[in-house]
Amino acid sequence: MASITIEHLDKVYSNGHVAARDLNLAIRHGELLVLVGPSGSGKSTVLRLIAGLERPTSGRILIDDEDVTGVPPERRDLAMVFQSYALYPHKSVRENLAFGLRVRRIEAAEIRDRVQQAAATLGIEPLLDRKPAQLSGGQRQRVALGRALVREPRAFLLDEPLSNLDPLLRADTRAELALLHRRLGATMVYVTHDQEEAMTLGARVAVMRDGQLEQVGTPLEIFRRPANVFVATFLGSPAMNVWRCSCAQTGAGTRVAYRGLAVDLEGTRNLFDQDEVLVGVRPHDIGLVPPGDADAVGRVEVVEPLGATTLLHVRIDGMAGRAARIVVPADGAVAIDDEVAIRIRRDRVYLFDERTGMAVTPP
Amino acid sequence: MKVRRMLGALGVATVLAPLLFPLYWMVMSSFTQEARLFAAPALVPDALVLDHYRALFGGRDFWTPIRNSLIVAGATTGLSVGLGALCAYALARLQFRGKTVMLAFVLAVSMFPQISIVSPLYLLLRELRMINTYPGLVLPYLTFAMPLTIWLLVGFFRQLPAELEEAAAMDGAGRLRSLREIVLPLAWPGLATTAILTFLYCWNEFLFALSFTLGPERYTVPVAIALFRGQYQVPWGQILAAAVVATAPVAAIVLVAQRRIVAGLTAGAVKG
Repeated sequence: MASITIEHLDKVYSNGHVAARDLNLAIRHGELLVLVGPSGSGKSTVLRLIAGLERPTSGRILIDDEDVTGVPPERRDLAMVFQSYALYPHKSVRENLAFGLRVRRIEAAEIRDRVQQAAATLGIEPLLDRKPAQLSGGQRQRVALGRALVREPRAFLLDEPLSNLDPLLRADTRAELALLHRRLGATMVYVTHDQEEAMTLGARVAVMRDGQLEQVGTPLEIFRRPANVFVATFLGSPAMNVWRCSCAQTGAGTRVAYRGLAVDLEGTRNLFDQDEVLVGVRPHDIGLVPPGDADAVGRVEVVEPLGATTLLHVRIDGMAGRAARIVVPADGAVAIDDEVAIRIRRDRVYLFDERTGMAVTPP
Repeated sequence: MKVRRMLGALGVATVLAPLLFPLYWMVMSSFTQEARLFAAPALVPDALVLDHYRALFGGRDFWTPIRNSLIVAGATTGLSVGLGALCAYALARLQFRGKTVMLAFVLAVSMFPQISIVSPLYLLLRELRMINTYPGLVLPYLTFAMPLTIWLLVGFFRQLPAELEEAAAMDGAGRLRSLREIVLPLAWPGLATTAILTFLYCWNEFLFALSFTLGPERYTVPVAIALFRGQYQVPWGQILAAAVVATAPVAAIVLVAQRRIVAGLTAGAVKG
């Protein structure tokens, strides 16, 4: 197993598209790092740069402190699981697994043992003599994983490996992957656009946007202390509410307000009168209260039962644009067109600079 | 509905009849006695004889031109598909300067009318002492076989998902290994189509074969047939019998492989 280090990596395509901009990232030995971001954020490009399938425009890639920037993919000893699985369609499952070992001139007996072992780990032994076309999506995914596993590579690169599975299977396989990572103690880089997958799977999560790293940290760190408004809204489901408010100093602290919403915060938080700030509140941190304690009142526009909880879209009085999202217990007490009073948890209010989008002060 | 269908069938028949009739006439005549060929043409012959075929293989030794054609067409096909696959793969997948120009150039080379290059080629081959040899035919044939092969195969290779080769690279396979184990096995319908088309062109080629061979020991089938006519007579029966022999393998190949050939001819067009 290996550590992977990326230094000042730039990737500019010939059409001028910038897929990576001065990236710096250290992936530790035995770590599962999740690269997450919306589509087009450059996360797959970063994975392909590590794999060697793309050449960086500038910058360095090191595996175990050895500079591999100019080394072709076949000599980097990394394994990759592709989103499309990319199984060799004319080879049986057994040959698919064995190919990487045969290329490395490993003895036939050892190949047989290792293929058998990898197949047993993933429960695909009965499929060994089938062709990829005869397999279901989930089975193909396992074979793709097996092809990486059998190689015992220095690190695993996974490019949205679960995105072609149905939701139930995806959750199962996700848990299995986490288990596999723990058992192998392998270095893994995992790319996904699914923030939930990133949060549940990653020991560390790197959030990307437009070819840049927005924040790197543990899921909880990123959830609790997002570096900017993009990270805050991208991670967490349902997405965070963001309002553009103006500040006013009061005796004890700061009041942020916009139209029908007004929240009094303790302390000055480096804010001054007339400052414009983005105020972010997660749907879970807003509750329904008696009208007297309310920060705002509004009318329920949409009710989405999510099972254990219910998501309400509340139109706050005097506010245009997107309705506020609020998660409440699923007791069925609220119906469409009800007037409700809401209150925001004071210790969970996120403030971001109105121009740069950067967090003003962590709550 | 029924009437429309019958009208359609009639339309197809009227188109097909003029196309197929000469073939039918050729086959029938090849089984008819020489004396009756010009006497009383009958649509359905009353007596079929094998005289012409006996004369062809007994008296004339038609086996030699068939062997020559097989050797020349076979060698050309093997060489052009083997080398062409490498060229086509490079043009389809590798990144290098002047790729488009090179592809256009390859096409341009095959655009020269054959007749315009016969004389220079003759002089060249004479200098190389390759007149009336197999290589003396295979080399000129490669000039039109290679561009065809390369263009067809570039289309085929481009259709294959690049991720498969990337997966092979991640598995540790170099370019040639990946070409041999992943690309070629998957492109085999394309390779087969290309090989068949190349073989047919070479099998039918006349001008170069006539110009660069000197004696019956190196004549290919089309040349041999053309030179059947003597000073005083034209042995029509034997010519037609030879034509049937020359057409039969071609027709057989095309009938068996027609679906693949059509797929192959359109493959490059849709994507690439």
